[in-house]
Amino acid sequence: MMSLKGKGAITGIGETAYERASPFSAFELQIQASLAAISDAGLDPKDIDGIIPIGITGAPAEAFVMNFGIPDLRFSALAPLGGASGIAAVQCAVAAISAGLCNHVLIPAGRNVSSGARAGVRIHQMPQFHQVTEYELPQGAIAPAQLYAPMARHHMELYGTTSRHFAEIAVGIREHALLNDNALMKKPITIEDHQNSRMIADPFRLFDCSLESDGGAALVVSSAERARDMRQPRVVILGSGEGHPDSPSSITQRPDMTRLGIAKAAPRVFEMAGVTHADIDVAEIYDCFTYIVLCQLEDMGFCKKGEGGPFVEDGKLRLGGSLPTNTHGGLLSQAHMLGMNHIVELVRQLRGQGGRAQVDGAEIGLVTGYGDMGDGAMAIMARG
Amino acid sequence: MSIDLKPVPHATPESQSYWNGVAEGRLRLQRCSQCGLVRHYPQLVCTKCYSVAVEWIDASGRGTIHSWTVAHHAFHPAFKADLPYTLVTIDLEEGPRALGRLDLASQSKLHIGMAVQVSFPANDQGVKLPMFTAMV
Ligand SMILES: [Zn+2]
Repeated sequence: MMSLKGKGAITGIGETAYERASPFSAFELQIQASLAAISDAGLDPKDIDGIIPIGITGAPAEAFVMNFGIPDLRFSALAPLGGASGIAAVQCAVAAISAGLCNHVLIPAGRNVSSGARAGVRIHQMPQFHQVTEYELPQGAIAPAQLYAPMARHHMELYGTTSRHFAEIAVGIREHALLNDNALMKKPITIEDHQNSRMIADPFRLFDCSLESDGGAALVVSSAERARDMRQPRVVILGSGEGHPDSPSSITQRPDMTRLGIAKAAPRVFEMAGVTHADIDVAEIYDCFTYIVLCQLEDMGFCKKGEGGPFVEDGKLRLGGSLPTNTHGGLLSQAHMLGMNHIVELVRQLRGQGGRAQVDGAEIGLVTGYGDMGDGAMAIMARG
Repeated sequence: MSIDLKPVPHATPESQSYWNGVAEGRLRLQRCSQCGLVRHYPQLVCTKCYSVAVEWIDASGRGTIHSWTVAHHAFHPAFKADLPYTLVTIDLEEGPRALGRLDLASQSKLHIGMAVQVSFPANDQGVKLPMFTAMV
């Protein structure tokens, strides 16, 4: 059987400035980020022959063909997994390239929530969440914070996980954001600041919740073979996978509420990549909420289910720790860019372009995505 | 969503019997006519035997607390007056789970496994929705 191991590489990355309220439309932000990624790869927009746009309500592939004058788009697809879409799209791109369907796939994302619907409203317009809209929304279960909080509360009651464990995640990621000029949050926070931040949806306090922000991010995926001769240091995708939780569209009906889709994908990804947990030098873990980071660490097997609190407590997720995590500041403190910023950051780290947050000697890293109530995706990448 | 009013449930052909039950103060669940599996939320196909044939049963309305959240921030203005309110997930006696509000008097005793009973009081807009109360 053919494996995708080592077949694809991320050859271009691009980001706009992240802002609270961007003057640009989501599509314009996508275009800006796309041009940056294509230029980073040393390509011309007309070299792009595959497109997987992120965001099911965003601009279609045709919009990029029109604006870039792409002469022969040979492949387009959608990967509708919410915040896991970016990694799922990378996997889809590698599969298409490996099968000879196309050469360079653009994965563009753009977001302007300041001029559009915010999280609570968006969910209820999405057809896959019609049950949440019918049965839960009328009762006041509206926003992701409220829908995800019972997962965290269940974990706390079963395993003794505490809000201070969540705080350690928020504080460490904030430290990293302070090293990133393109991060929205500019002030350090302490565990006590977290504990004093206002309650949003118990057990989630304000500092457990990700930011709402505007911006664009884009990737170019090419074959690992072509990537040898392209502009940037090569970052190869060793393994990738997506996983969908039981009862994917209703958290309420999920038999084990503490098990996300990534629990199904992670063993496949480690096996495909042929690496172990100890080989991971840097991790970019989807952090819409602090608890979601903790749960994914367990689901990926970095510790046993229920041990995520003590696992993170010693500061190992901070720069200098054994598993530096969200070196860019994540969704919690850099910006909410649907996890595309996590993929961009992992590539930077593995190229050695991590700036003040560079993990010394980072050679192998992982990135995760989470979205749509529990879908997960994961990739392991390596330099060289 | 309207700015001023709480969103209301819109029944579908699959869920009409559930909402008819709610209007009468009864918790009705789908049961597969072929294999007997009870399911919730209402959906077209039985996950065990793939039959679309379904009958509706009156559930006991009893269950136990599975998890919860206490809302302290209104993500929709119509819920501001309700703050803080507790949403609970309930393991129903028949197997599936339900989500509802927890009545105020039960909140101090809240813990996983706490026995509860459903009722369907009307909210401030006259819409009947599941509310759980600790059993004494
Ligand atoms: Zn059946």
